[in-house]
Amino acid sequence: MAKILMKGNEAIGEGAVRAGCRYFFGYPITPQSELPHYLAKRLPEVGGLYLQAESEVASINMVFGAAGAGARVMTSSSGPGISLMQEGISYLAGAELPCVIVNMIRGGPGLGNIAPAQSDYFQATRGGGHGDYRVLVLAPSSVQEIIDLMQDAFDLADKYRNPVMLAGDGVLGQMMEPVILDDEIKPPSLPEKSWAATGRMGRDRKNLINSLYIVPENCEIHNLELGRKYAAMEESEQRWEDYHTEGAEMVLVAFGTAARVCKAVVDMFREEGRPVGLLRPITLWPFPWKRVSALADSVRCFLTVEMNMGQMVEDIRLAVNGKRPVRFYGRVGGMLPVARDVYREALKILDGGAD
Amino acid sequence: MKKVFTRPKSLKDMPFHYCPGCTHGIVHRLVAEVIDEMGIFDRAIAVAPVGCSVFCYEYFDCDAYQASHGRAPAVATGIKRVLPDRVVFTYQGDGDMAAIGTGEVVHAAARGEKFTVIFINNAIYAMTGGQMAPTTLLGQVTTTTPYGRSREVNGCPVRMSEMLSVLDGSAYIARVSVHDPPNVARAKRAIRKAFEVQEAGLGFTMVEVLSSCPTNWGLSPLKALKWLEENMIPYYPLGEYKKPAEVG
Repeated sequence: MAKILMKGNEAIGEGAVRAGCRYFFGYPITPQSELPHYLAKRLPEVGGLYLQAESEVASINMVFGAAGAGARVMTSSSGPGISLMQEGISYLAGAELPCVIVNMIRGGPGLGNIAPAQSDYFQATRGGGHGDYRVLVLAPSSVQEIIDLMQDAFDLADKYRNPVMLAGDGVLGQMMEPVILDDEIKPPSLPEKSWAATGRMGRDRKNLINSLYIVPENCEIHNLELGRKYAAMEESEQRWEDYHTEGAEMVLVAFGTAARVCKAVVDMFREEGRPVGLLRPITLWPFPWKRVSALADSVRCFLTVEMNMGQMVEDIRLAVNGKRPVRFYGRVGGMLPVARDVYREALKILDGGAD
Repeated sequence: MKKVFTRPKSLKDMPFHYCPGCTHGIVHRLVAEVIDEMGIFDRAIAVAPVGCSVFCYEYFDCDAYQASHGRAPAVATGIKRVLPDRVVFTYQGDGDMAAIGTGEVVHAAARGEKFTVIFINNAIYAMTGGQMAPTTLLGQVTTTTPYGRSREVNGCPVRMSEMLSVLDGSAYIARVSVHDPPNVARAKRAIRKAFEVQEAGLGFTMVEVLSSCPTNWGLSPLKALKWLEENMIPYYPLGEYKKPAEVG
């Protein structure tokens, strides 16, 4: 075991390599550049391929081809590039292809800026493209968690034959933190993919990678089958972290970078002996509504803190289902919430009465 | 009795959905015959487009992918980079490849991706109802150029073979036609060459096939073939635009 300092974007790359990913197709965009830089060097060392595409549209379709051929494959981008990929992500979901898509979210809308944001929450958790589908979304909040979640991202993608998105931002991508890495890189053990279209090579049936169901009756059956898969994901894959939620009067809800800020806020309150906790969703979809719903029975109120105009707050309100007040505090356009401001906002609600 | 003509093994035994007189069926057959004759069926992978030939994966019996509109060259890139010893081909129409998918095919050719594009040029968007394609001829009447394609409004038709042949990554580029038997035989030879050049790993390969669309041209199948010969070939000259030295 080695403890080393690593940048978040590089950790995504190393995590992917250790998870057995050998193919990366991407197009340059800030603030995820260190990831392609890292993989362009690293993948050839392990017999893999880094290929720079002519656009995000091409990247995601290269991912479609490589995933269909049975490879562990990924791409990464940020806001505008992820928007361009949405048609392809819809095709990947429709054809049930496993892959990992990284979105280091930046300020929007439009060209916005390159500063950290969480404003792609809706896009990530509602499918993002056309049609009725879901993408499993993982939201790490430290560099070590990035490394750990990359393995899970590829495993979950294969398990459900579905795209998995890793949602981060420029802060997570740029910051350096110590991470613990195994000295030995295990050879990837990949599940057998009997559905992959690899050329028949003696197979007695033909494999087809396809999302076209021209007969409405068949397309309905396909959608219902996808729906059952998404229901299974909602049942089994909700993940979260509880931080001092025991006996909490107020629970802050935040993910990724915003959750790091909120941990400091919780510490400030706990030092004063005030029972404030944090619920940090690790899966944004499926959203950990089971935990939020359970907390709604015991806490007085929720405060959701996001780097957007209020997106995850809708999921929290759905999970709380009117049982408790749910307040929102956000910073936008690439600005970060400051612990002292969040503390003041929380205090105002606590002392002023949440209702 | 000796059997002298039969269905290629690489084609499934089922009727095509194409309109009467459409030349897709001929081109499907040529591709399948070449796959059979080269003995590459087990290694062949087809990538279907969006357009009339979207269902070509139903007819080719090899493994197949259905790509989003215009993106077949990117999908084929992903497949071939993972499985370099397979024979990968896309089958794309002119709307798919010469309009929405221009970026993908140009850069696949520029990178010298080792797959083959079978490019069907029938000068029209057929499946969506006969709209103007990038390849529609000047003056040609379509549902979106009811007064004929105008140079001033719509610009001039795109010659893809000429365009792609100037890229260093392309290794074999040919334009053929299937309007009469001698040309059908030439088309088959070009498809075979393209597959051989792919197998030799020399770079990107494309065969552009001038094809007829009697339904959307509003002509009988025979008149459509005549129209192709008299109008398309002068603007889209047949021939090999690029070939490596070692391929005859």
